[in-house]
Amino acid sequence: MSLTLSIPIERYGNALLDTLQMVSVSGALALLAGVPLAVLLIVSAPGGFLDWPRLHRVLGSVINGFRATPFIVLLVALIPLTRLVAGTTIGVWAAIVPLAISATPFFARIVEVSLREVDPGLVEAAQALGCRKWDIVWHVYLPEALPGIVGGFTITLVALISSSAMAGAVGAGGLGDLAIRYGYQRFDTQVMVIVIAMLIVLVSLVQRAGDGYVRRLRNR
Amino acid sequence: MELSITARQSLTAPSRPDLVREPTVTLAAPSSGGPRGKVALRGVGKTYVSAAGPVQALQDIDLEIAPGSIIGRSGAGKSSLLRTINRLERPTSGRVEVDDVDIATLDEAQLVALRRRIGMIFQHFNLLAAKTVFDNIALPLRVAGVPRAQITQRVHELLALVGLQDKADSYPRRLSGGQKQRVGIARALASGPEILLCDEATSALDPETTQSILQLLRDINHKLGITIILITHEMSVIREIADRVLVLEQGRVAELGEIWQVFGKPQHPATRALLAPLQHGLPQELQQALQPQAPAGRHERVLQLEFHGGDGLQPDLQRIAAVVGGRVRVLQAGVDHIQGHTHGQLVLAVADAPASHDWQALTQGAQAIAHHIKELGYVADPVHSH
Repeated sequence: MSLTLSIPIERYGNALLDTLQMVSVSGALALLAGVPLAVLLIVSAPGGFLDWPRLHRVLGSVINGFRATPFIVLLVALIPLTRLVAGTTIGVWAAIVPLAISATPFFARIVEVSLREVDPGLVEAAQALGCRKWDIVWHVYLPEALPGIVGGFTITLVALISSSAMAGAVGAGGLGDLAIRYGYQRFDTQVMVIVIAMLIVLVSLVQRAGDGYVRRLRNR
Repeated sequence: MELSITARQSLTAPSRPDLVREPTVTLAAPSSGGPRGKVALRGVGKTYVSAAGPVQALQDIDLEIAPGSIIGRSGAGKSSLLRTINRLERPTSGRVEVDDVDIATLDEAQLVALRRRIGMIFQHFNLLAAKTVFDNIALPLRVAGVPRAQITQRVHELLALVGLQDKADSYPRRLSGGQKQRVGIARALASGPEILLCDEATSALDPETTQSILQLLRDINHKLGITIILITHEMSVIREIADRVLVLEQGRVAELGEIWQVFGKPQHPATRALLAPLQHGLPQELQQALQPQAPAGRHERVLQLEFHGGDGLQPDLQRIAAVVGGRVRVLQAGVDHIQGHTHGQLVLAVADAPASHDWQALTQGAQAIAHHIKELGYVADPVHSH
């Protein structure tokens, strides 16, 4: 039995590229913003070495607010901001803004947990050795929490792959969009199956790469 | 809660090591004259607030630690006293002075400078798992802004000092406990401190490794003339390494003094309790055979001779036999040397001795054979009863 594709193969290729672009760019933005945010959460916490509870509370509330809002709502609600930042409200770049904004607080919370689990004895040792506050962030907190941060980033990327399926709502395309438009709305089971297979492979690859890196970090 | 502190006067005149003292001036001798690294605690108290109400961990601690001494404290997990010295904890009352400066008055930058003069090692080593041995030891130098070439040289010196030259590129996970503590020591010495705080530094190690770490600490005290302040719950460690001991009981000073004096004649129940594992009880067999009154027939008196050191009095068996008279048999002996002082006890069985002896007379003057003599009782003479 020869397999005939119901839609041109390029569609799959383009959709994959769109997904990769959305996930990698928004993932990179989440990484850049999430880590400092998590550090700020840790050091501003009561008893942390910045000990600035008000900042801690405000940051916490903002993060909770973004995390509580469903992505599809965020996607629409953020349209004015998206226009301001990306200059457009449709397409891949328009999807990247809300994707990054929803992934950042999620990732920041995961990093926060990893940072909080750094042995206080190590922080104390660094203090006793004459490390300043930011030396401790740089030389103790971040390197020691790195396996957790990498693991958390893997989870964030997988979540982004999943969220990016909704980006079709702003005409961004991608694998998820393909599955919804052909597989769901036009009952094209073949597209659905192929897209899901592609997503499974993509998620597996990301997860394996992340796990492998974490294992390397932990085994040294 | 029992704690003890010991201190050792430096074994030799401290020769200042080639140490990095300021970030830019390396291999420099201390600029000011006179001894540095003097620590004084004045009426230090520490109260913790816990769910069950305030807990008084330390009360009215007065202590002076001379430069070049080793000090140790043992306690049920309490490191408060030690940690007030580099302000990891602030006392709730009293003052801690280092070189006559109240460290509570220091600002952040001065505190960092102070901490670079006070190294610290930990029970659980607290090495950074994400950094190699080299990078762990280099950390205090990096954050102090020491140039890279000097860091490399200094770290290799330190690795040689602790005997881990071949482990520079290993990660701490790959090291044994003893090796980890050696890295901890090298790291603590990196910025050339005058004081080394040891927080239960050998408590997580097996006895052999403990010995080698203590030997290393002794070498460091000897070679670098660093004041070592150590807390431990292991009396054997204090006996091994310290010269002065402070016993803390419920956060208060119970006893303080030269270790051979404190151990030789413990005054406080807390000290006696701590010493108990080191003292030999009478063997079961002997205890059962002991009788309070002289039995009919041939018998021996059982005497306990104690030695507390101090005046060179030795457990000289020939002399003891001559002074006591009659046949002398050793039932049990436990004699040790602490700081060159003979310390311990002999349990003797004496037969055919004159009916009455003024034992007190044999503890003083030219007749002295021991510092303390106690008559434990009598046993049937095993030699002649068979």
